[in-house]
Amino acid sequence: MAIESLLDEVESVTEEPIEVRRGVFYRLIRDPQAVITGTILVLFVLGGLLANVIAQHGPNFVDFWNVNSPVGTPGFPLGTDGQGRDVLARLLHSINTALVSALIAASIALVVGITFGLIGGYFRRLHGVTDWLFSIIMTFPGILLLIVLMPITRGDFRWTMFVFGFLMSPAVFRIVRNQTIGVARELYVDAAKVSGVTHTRILFKHILSVVRGPVIIATAFLTGTAINTQAGLAFLGVGSLEIPSFGAMISDGFQNLRAMPTQYLWPTLTLGVFSASIVLFGNALRDTIEGARPKPQKITATAMVDGFSAEAGPADEKALLQVRDLGIAYKSPAGVLNEVVKGVSLNLAPGETLGLIGESGSGKTQTAFGVLGVLPNEAKVTRGSVRIDGNELLGADEPTMRALRGSTIAYVPQEPMSNLDPVYKIGHHLVERIRAAGAGPKELTNPKVSKAAAKHLALELLERVGIPDPGRTFNSYPHEISGGMAQRVLIAGAVAGKPKILIADEPTTALDVTVQAEILDLIRDLQAEMNMAVIMVTHNFGVVADICDRIAVMQRGEIVEEGIIREVFANPQHEYTKMLLDSILDEDTIRQDPPRSVIKVKAAQVIAALKEASA
Amino acid sequence: MTAPILAAKNLQVSYPVRGFMKKPIEIVHGVDFEIGEGETLGIVGESGSGKTTIGRAILGLAMVSGGSIAFDGRDISQATPKIRRSLAKDIQVVFQDPYSSLNPSLMIGQILAEPLTVQGWSRADATKRVLELLDRVGLPRNAAARLPREFSGGQRQRIAIARALALSPKLVICDEPVSGLDLSTQAKVLDLFIELQRETGVAYMFISHDLAVIRHISHRVGVLYRGEMVEQGDTAEVTGEPRNPYTQRLVLAAPVADPDRQAERRALRAQMFAAA
Amino acid sequence: MLLYALRRLGAGIVLFLLTSFTTLYLIHFSFAGIVATRLGTGATPETIAQMMHDHGLDRPVLVQYVDWFGSLLQGDLGRSFFTQEVVTAAIGPRIIVTLSIVLPALIGAAIFATLLGVLAAYKGGWVDKVAQGAMLFGHLVPGLLVAIFLVMLFAVNLGWFPATGFVRFGDDPVGWLRSITIPVIALFVGGSANMANQVRGTMIDELRKDYVRTLRTAGVSPKAILLRHALRNAIGPGITVFGMQFITMFGGALIIESVFALPGFGTFAFNSAMRGDFPVIMGLTAVGVGLTVGVNLIVDLANGWLNPKARAY
Repeated sequence: MAIESLLDEVESVTEEPIEVRRGVFYRLIRDPQAVITGTILVLFVLGGLLANVIAQHGPNFVDFWNVNSPVGTPGFPLGTDGQGRDVLARLLHSINTALVSALIAASIALVVGITFGLIGGYFRRLHGVTDWLFSIIMTFPGILLLIVLMPITRGDFRWTMFVFGFLMSPAVFRIVRNQTIGVARELYVDAAKVSGVTHTRILFKHILSVVRGPVIIATAFLTGTAINTQAGLAFLGVGSLEIPSFGAMISDGFQNLRAMPTQYLWPTLTLGVFSASIVLFGNALRDTIEGARPKPQKITATAMVDGFSAEAGPADEKALLQVRDLGIAYKSPAGVLNEVVKGVSLNLAPGETLGLIGESGSGKTQTAFGVLGVLPNEAKVTRGSVRIDGNELLGADEPTMRALRGSTIAYVPQEPMSNLDPVYKIGHHLVERIRAAGAGPKELTNPKVSKAAAKHLALELLERVGIPDPGRTFNSYPHEISGGMAQRVLIAGAVAGKPKILIADEPTTALDVTVQAEILDLIRDLQAEMNMAVIMVTHNFGVVADICDRIAVMQRGEIVEEGIIREVFANPQHEYTKMLLDSILDEDTIRQDPPRSVIKVKAAQVIAALKEASA
Repeated sequence: MTAPILAAKNLQVSYPVRGFMKKPIEIVHGVDFEIGEGETLGIVGESGSGKTTIGRAILGLAMVSGGSIAFDGRDISQATPKIRRSLAKDIQVVFQDPYSSLNPSLMIGQILAEPLTVQGWSRADATKRVLELLDRVGLPRNAAARLPREFSGGQRQRIAIARALALSPKLVICDEPVSGLDLSTQAKVLDLFIELQRETGVAYMFISHDLAVIRHISHRVGVLYRGEMVEQGDTAEVTGEPRNPYTQRLVLAAPVADPDRQAERRALRAQMFAAA
Repeated sequence: MLLYALRRLGAGIVLFLLTSFTTLYLIHFSFAGIVATRLGTGATPETIAQMMHDHGLDRPVLVQYVDWFGSLLQGDLGRSFFTQEVVTAAIGPRIIVTLSIVLPALIGAAIFATLLGVLAAYKGGWVDKVAQGAMLFGHLVPGLLVAIFLVMLFAVNLGWFPATGFVRFGDDPVGWLRSITIPVIALFVGGSANMANQVRGTMIDELRKDYVRTLRTAGVSPKAILLRHALRNAIGPGITVFGMQFITMFGGALIIESVFALPGFGTFAFNSAMRGDFPVIMGLTAVGVGLTVGVNLIVDLANGWLNPKARAY
């Protein structure tokens, strides 16, 4: 189970009110980063709009008597430049130039990118053409093109930015196209089509609403890129000398550096603060719209709550695995620890199969991962004890756990495909696992197993788990084999180290019924051969009935009932177990009531018979 | 028997393949079936058998490459978008995944009203109908102003059923509508399907991989294997005394929730394999 | 794999043809004006028409393009319309200057970004916070400002490096190194921030995937999971960003060159474009597009080699 869905499940069982209907704007104005940078940007825009009011001179007004005058000169609050022009006026008008640049470039990029993104993403036939078109645009060396096209744009920054808009459009196109492809695959779009909703309406109502967020974020960054590019080009000298812009001012100031360093300081500072505010505002916007982004997952032993100590108590002599009062919790957004596993206790004897059954959110997978020590970083163990052969596992460090995994305790996942690294061949997976099993805490691989021996064993295992052509499968990539085959490979990998305990988490749920039966047979056979104990995590009572000796029923993080399989099926004690058993669709219940068409025919016959009788 | 509302003859369905000038791949190789008024035809098969594809072909979401689908006697296999729009009143769908089948950014009321407004219902009429539908599927009326993520999987599936029934269709394609649900919810949603059928006389094409579900709801069953209908008939016959070897395999592979009977079944299965 | 490579190569060639043709097509509208510039005061409609005829500029664009492309195949890009300089001879040394700041910056940024990104994604906690801060800083400040700041600090104030000018590697390797150091750093800052951010994101996604947990349950060491699996999967998207970063840095270099007065592509392109020196412009476009197409081709091939699924298409 992917970490995201695991955490979603946790969220669904922790009952805290979620702030669902608070709009993006509401959340944005509560984010200090957005408020501060947003205010700066608004001030900049106002400064630009009021340029003629704030400054006493025009941007190109030249005062020959006041060349290179310092800050604070009357009439020239920020001084004048080498040609006697008002620095403040030029600065404020530069903001306008930057804003117009951003407006032109971003609008073009958005219009072109969104239009083609929607078309290319929604209409399957046009995928190829649009992709091709935009990969061409992306290959243009943008800045070089803007420079060499000066004969056509005549250096006018508006035309330059017009062209630049096209050059930026692939970024928007890619976002919109990918989002659209994703949404167009959603079943609700199919449902809308079935309801007779037209393509245009689907595009506007269903797809644009999803694409909107990422596009708004992208716009913020496009704006920044356009402003910086315009500044860079103006610095180089592209464009009219009449147009005041940050780039031109920096260039002038740079040449006048030794005489008047402040002339150069003002435009750089303004441009720096301006573009930094845009990026920071864009980041805040992204966090607000998309929510928290995934955090790093460290490969480390499961965290314990502060002051945790494993529950002491007499060890059960017969138990291979002994879980006592295990508690697993996640922090809610409010910072409260919510237990999703609330004191689970289990015993597992050598060679036996225990079914851990429950509905979604019952905590069965969390319990399994807790025993294996591979819970997500967000999880914390709150209490209890997990012992294998009497040795405490809770609180053990990763190297110690690693030495146990593969050789003492092993795992088979639910979804076979996502659990194989797609870039390696099957053989590589198996050889790696075989060599890892039995390695000591400080060893990378088991020194007793050579590469050649591992390969030999891998081929043997593939044959053992019922793969028809082991040699070919050994040299295949995961995407080249079927789901059933991939699950056999994972089982082969899991039993490679001859573990004493196998934890199988819904190992057949993703598979077809006929394949499920074969996989269950395989697990049963391997278990008998190796005298392996199995924990079968499942939601399916049929699977439990097939393979388990004992069963533990989980509900909301607790085991509500545990017992020998036949006893629980025949005589369930807990209400929840009874309810679950009652919900099973009985094999013998077959729909009896006839369809309306048959009733109609029968009614007609009856009426006809009555008529005949009366006649 | 009265005339069927849906009849497929030698139906072939293909999917286009990515890439220039590549030939489409045929998924369904000529199947025949009929669905009568108020009847449930169960379609059972494994992944890749083409069962979902048949459903999508009837809905106009997949390309019919041969044969015909007659609805009320009229061939709809090559229906134009315009005809499709008028068919929306009569043929509807409930999908497997209740998470992906409701637009997360629309409120339940908007979702339920969509098929109505497309058919030109007035706002007032549509609102009235939405509330009626919510009552019918057992959801509170204030659900209309909430977003899909505020509901559980079972509740979402009820919403999807309400949407399908909004226009009182004659046929609903149900594509694994209970597979994603928990055991305790599954039975309740199935019962809702049956109740609604008795009340409204709607016909179902009920697609599932789970024989127990199929038995529970179907009057008749078709077994699909690699794009071919290998067996078809009354539910009791097909699932009780299957004649086709594949159906036999399927029936024996499904585990029973009874340890003793399951042990028997397993032994039987082993025998069959030994014989084969 | 061979078929895949050929298809990518074909796509690259078509891309090159389209781009260079578009450039010629756009410029041909300005031919009359450019000719007038060259003629200066002697420009009359008759002299302009005469000169356009003499240079074959009145022929259909497609004919001119075929002509140009034919010469290109023979390694001839013509002569400058204004200075009569041979275009290939003029571009050669300049492209070397530009590439000698772009390539070290790009490769350095790639290595640094991989290290920083992997470290941040793997260590999490404060390491990640510091790394993210550094990446954010790289994003915040425009490359132009970084360049100017570096010149001020190291060249003007501290005097450690020359502020301007380029020394050829052949003439003085140490001088060459000194002359490119600050420009390279200026390009490096933004590029490495961008790439590190991307590597970090991909690595985090990879480390959260199911197969990582399954490898852990098999007793595979964290080091092997990190380097052999997660990083190996992250390299594909990383290489794509590498290719895009080349284009970005190439563009950035053109501006940064002018800060450091390096005789590279940027100033040359600017001066030629000011005059409308179309043979030079076409030559520059050809080299620029050729380079980016080449880099993209390498990226595609590397992706095909790294990702078994991509080869299927």
